Amino acid sequence: MATPTLDKTDKAEAGFADSPFITATFRIRRFNPEVSDEVQWQDFQIEIDPKERVLDALHKIKWEIDGTLTFRRSCAHGICGSDAMRINGKNRLACKTLIKDINPDKPIMVEAIKGLTVLKDLVVDMDPFFQAYHDVMPFLITKGNEPTRERLQSAEERERFDDTTKCILCAACTSSCPVFWNDGQYFGPAAIVNAHRFIFDSRDEGGEQRLEILNDRDGVWRCRTTFNCTDACPRGIEVTKAIQEVKRALITRRF
Amino acid sequence: MSSETSSAAAIGDVEGVSLYDVDHPAPVIEPPRKRTSKTPKASRGNFEMYAWLFMRLSGVVLVVLVIGHLLIQLVLDGGVSKIGFAFVAGRWASPFWQAWDLIMLWLAMLHGGNGLRTVINDYAERDNTRFWLKMLLYTATVFTVLLGTLVIFTFDPNIR
Repeated sequence: MATPTLDKTDKAEAGFADSPFITATFRIRRFNPEVSDEVQWQDFQIEIDPKERVLDALHKIKWEIDGTLTFRRSCAHGICGSDAMRINGKNRLACKTLIKDINPDKPIMVEAIKGLTVLKDLVVDMDPFFQAYHDVMPFLITKGNEPTRERLQSAEERERFDDTTKCILCAACTSSCPVFWNDGQYFGPAAIVNAHRFIFDSRDEGGEQRLEILNDRDGVWRCRTTFNCTDACPRGIEVTKAIQEVKRALITRRF
Repeated sequence: MSSETSSAAAIGDVEGVSLYDVDHPAPVIEPPRKRTSKTPKASRGNFEMYAWLFMRLSGVVLVVLVIGHLLIQLVLDGGVSKIGFAFVAGRWASPFWQAWDLIMLWLAMLHGGNGLRTVINDYAERDNTRFWLKMLLYTATVFTVLLGTLVIFTFDPNIR
């Protein structure tokens, strides 16, 4: 038991005056279908350094208080996109949110992202999300023979879709979209961002097909430009702008 | 019956009194109309794009038409008190005002109707609700547009 976290906890309990630790309350929305069909909010009070992240707090709770707390995380450094959750009513990555930045004086509300089936605690069924991703064909489509060397592209051509290459598929944007909450048939911002990444790639020749898919009833025209997705994106992608660029591409293609 | 749901600490404890256990989990709450591999693929056609464009263009025209209409009816020349049968009859004697009112009627009804259509699409969860709400909307829109058009074209100032 020599993990740094445990050492620090021991010090805090010893009562050092200059301890960086504070007592924070985490109010977590729990759901376990094997116990009850009801959702409830459970409070956990923990001693934690406010410069730690929400994910560290969840780990502390899971490892030291209640092992049944269930959440996803893989890399824990904002790359894998596993731990998107609704923290104090905003979609964020638990591994990129510092406790000091979200006012630990009040209980910190943690719940699963909205618009997807909650399977247990903070774990949701991501299948509909990835189905939408799958449906926009997020892979390079080309015609003709394969070149013998790499497909070249200028720096400007690469710059055109640079913003949307940053997506980590965490679903923070899609699950912040009010249209998606009410109608899961809508492709959602994440799928459109990933279509945008290929539509504006000079090497790709499947843009027309993707635009046709997004021109549909459940495509970009359902976007209400509420900018929830742009606010939610932990990678700072201008999601709404990308959706608007797809709309513009559709209109200029027709006229 | 389940007795532990009120106590937060009971979460995670599988008790004999619970209705649900590992083999009989509680039903999960699925979101409305979720996307699966069976979701119909894209249909060709640009209706949604034209509808979206129509909203933008008609909106710009309506700003002029509606604000002009409100100014004439409610503010200029004595305000609302001047409106009467004679005032309407006088205005509709001119083809310009007939055209103004006709365009405003059509654009406003189609603009509002399409707006409500998107609201229904966004908020109605079941396909049946969706269908019948839209039918009601289309009926009301068509009725209002046709009745208004009929009145503008067949208006008789000498009616008794």
